[in-house]
Amino acid sequence: MPSAALLEIASRGEPVAGGHRLCSGCGAGVIIRQMLTATDYPTVVSNATGCVEVCTSVYPFTAWNVPWIHNGFENAAATITGAEAAYRAMERRGDVPKRKNKKPMKFIALGGDGGTYDIGLQSLSGALERGHDFVYICYDNGAYMNTGIQRSSASPFGANTTTSPAGVVIQGKQEERKNLTAIAAAHDIPFVATASPGYYMDFTRKVKKALDVNGPAFLNVFAVCPLGWRSEPEDSQILARSSVETCVWPLYEIEDGRFRLTFRPNVKRPVTEYMQLQGRFSHLFKTGNEDMLTHIQERVDAEWEQLLKRDRREREENSE
Amino acid sequence: MSGNEVIAHAAIAAGCRFFAGYPITPSSEVAHVMAEELPKVNGCFIQMEDEIASMGAVIGASLAGAKAMTATSGPGFSLKQENLGFACMAEVPCVVVNVMRGGPSTGLPTLPSQGDVMQARWGTHGDHPIIALYPADLTEMYQQTVRAFNLAEQYRTPVILLSDELIGHMSERVEFPDSVETLKRHKPDIPPDEYLPYDVSGALVPPMANFFEGYRYHVTGLTHDETGFPSENANIAEAQLRRLMLKISASEEDILEWEEDGLEDADIAIFAYGAGARSVRSAMLRLREQGVRVGMFRPVTIWPFPDEALRAAAARVRVLFVVEMNMGQMVREIERVVRDTPIVGIHRASGQPIDPDEIVSTAHHWLEHGDTLQPHTEVFQMSV
Repeated sequence: MPSAALLEIASRGEPVAGGHRLCSGCGAGVIIRQMLTATDYPTVVSNATGCVEVCTSVYPFTAWNVPWIHNGFENAAATITGAEAAYRAMERRGDVPKRKNKKPMKFIALGGDGGTYDIGLQSLSGALERGHDFVYICYDNGAYMNTGIQRSSASPFGANTTTSPAGVVIQGKQEERKNLTAIAAAHDIPFVATASPGYYMDFTRKVKKALDVNGPAFLNVFAVCPLGWRSEPEDSQILARSSVETCVWPLYEIEDGRFRLTFRPNVKRPVTEYMQLQGRFSHLFKTGNEDMLTHIQERVDAEWEQLLKRDRREREENSE
Repeated sequence: MSGNEVIAHAAIAAGCRFFAGYPITPSSEVAHVMAEELPKVNGCFIQMEDEIASMGAVIGASLAGAKAMTATSGPGFSLKQENLGFACMAEVPCVVVNVMRGGPSTGLPTLPSQGDVMQARWGTHGDHPIIALYPADLTEMYQQTVRAFNLAEQYRTPVILLSDELIGHMSERVEFPDSVETLKRHKPDIPPDEYLPYDVSGALVPPMANFFEGYRYHVTGLTHDETGFPSENANIAEAQLRRLMLKISASEEDILEWEEDGLEDADIAIFAYGAGARSVRSAMLRLREQGVRVGMFRPVTIWPFPDEALRAAAARVRVLFVVEMNMGQMVREIERVVRDTPIVGIHRASGQPIDPDEIVSTAHHWLEHGDTLQPHTEVFQMSV
C-alpha cells in the first residue's frame, strides 16, 4: 500500500510527459519527473545542453508541461537568473499578468554534470553569489553522455570514458572527482543538498525545501546512465540506492550553514558491490588493479568518516 | 577510417604532442583518438573545462615549445575567438580544428554546414590575418593537417583547419604516407639579451624562442613593441600591425592552394569547397556526359582568399556558379573579386548535403535562359 505522501505526489499530474527520447533506465528522466512533482508551485525551467535537453525537446514535440528554455551549454544558471530578476522587477512594477494559481513563481536551472561542474561552473557561481531566488539542480551521471561519454570533473576516479580510456598503462580517469557540493556550499547560500532518486522521499523533500527558501539553493542529484556506465537498464534504481548504501553518494543537506546527514545506511556496503554492476569499472577488477580498488574504498571510507564526524559535531554544537 | 580520426593521426605524424579540447558533436572523435594515441608518443592530452580554456592551454603549450592543437565545432569555435585573437596578436603557432555543423547557435549538432567560413576569417575582433584550410576528402585531410602545422610554425600563426560533419564522420579508404615533411618554428640564433620576439627590422616572421630555453621575453595581447612589452606609441603600433598583416599577405603564393578541375574548356565554372565540392564532382560527371562543358574551381586554402587565381579562371568562362552549404558567405568574396562574369549562387543551409541534381538542373536552366538573366545580385535567391 503506497504511503499517503507518495499518493499525493502521484496525484499531481505529469509535468513531464512520456514519449521523450531518454534511454531506458535513464536516471535523469526519473529526476526531472520527481523534481517537478515535489511541489505544485508554478515553475520555469532553464535547461543546459545535454541529454535531458536534447531528448525532451525533439522537434516538433516537447515533454515539458512547464515553461522551459534551452539557452546554451554553459549558461543555465545565467539564463534563469535573467528570467528571475526580470520577473521580480515586473512584479514590482505590477506588469505581471494575473494568474489563477496564486502560488509564487519558482525558477529552476537544470544541468548535467558536464554543464554544471565544468563549462557551467562560472555561471553557477555568479548566480549563487548574486543571491537570486532559484534552485540549481544538477543531474550528475559522471560524464558528457550526450556527446559520447567523455570524462567530466565529476567522473569517478578510475572510470573508463572516451577521453580517459582504460588502456594497458593508464587505467581510466586519474583525477579524483571534484566536490561541487562543497563549492556550492562555500557560497554561503541558504540550502545545499545531495540526493538520489533511489531515495525519492528524501529527494522530493529537499526539492520542496530548496524551492521554499528565499535565495539560491543547490541540489546535486545522483543520475544513473546505463549507456555510459555499461549497466543494465533494469539495475538503475538498484544503483541509485547502492550508491547511497555504499556511501559513494552520501545524502546530506546544509541549511544556513548547518550540516546534517539525512540518511545513514544500516549496513555500509563495500563499493565493489556498486561498481560490479557497471562496465565502466570492469578493468579495475582485473588482476593487478587491486590497489586501485583499495584506494577507491579507502577514499570513500575516509570521506564518510569525515561526514559522520561533522554531523556529530554539529549536532553537539546545536545541542540536539 | 573517418575524417576526424584522420586529423588526429595526421596531427601526431606532423609532430603534434599536445591536445587540449572539449567534447562537442561532431568533432569529439578527434579528442577520443588523441586521448588514446598521445600518451603512446609521450604527448599530453587534456580535456579542459570548456573551449575557452582549451584555447588558452593550447597557447601555453605552444609557448612552451610544443606543436599544439584543439578541435571543436561552431559553438565552441565562437567561444575560442578571444583566445584565437590573442594567438594572432602574440604570434603563437597552433592548429584549431572546426568541424562545422548547422548553425547558428546550437543549430544542427549532427548535420553538416559551411556556415563558419566567414567567422574563420573575422571571428575574432580587430585587424588580423588568418590562414584557413578546408580539405574535401580524407587523403587531402591528412595532407592538409600536416600542412596546417607546418604553416603555423613557419608563419607563427594560428591555422584554422576546417572540416564539416559530412567529412568528419564519413569513412573513406586513406593511405597514410610512411613519412611526412615537417617544419618547426625558427628559433633565434642570437643570444638572449639581443633577442627581439617581435622584431620589425628583419624578416616578417620573427624567430620564436620557447620558454625554458634561456630566452626571457614578454608575451601579451596588448599592442606591443618589438620586445613584446606593451606600447601605445602610434608609430610602433602601426608598424607592428603592418608587419602582422604583411606576414601572411606577402607569402600568399606559398600559402594558397587550390584545385582547377576541367576548367580548360569550360563554359561554366563552379566555385565549391569542402563537402560542397563533393556534390559538385557528382554533378560535373553527369553534366560532362550530357555534353555540358563544366569545371570546378576548388580552394583548399580558403583564407587568404585566392583572388588572382579565381579572377583568371572566371575570366575564361561564361558564368561562375557558387555552391555553398550556407546562406551566402564566400560568394561575397567572389563578388568582390569577380566583376565581369555573371555569378549564380546555389546556397543551402538545411543540414543536408547539396543535391547534385540541383546543380545539374541549374546548369541546364542557365544554358537555356542565362543570357536573359540579370547578373546575380541577391545571394539568397533560389537559382531555379
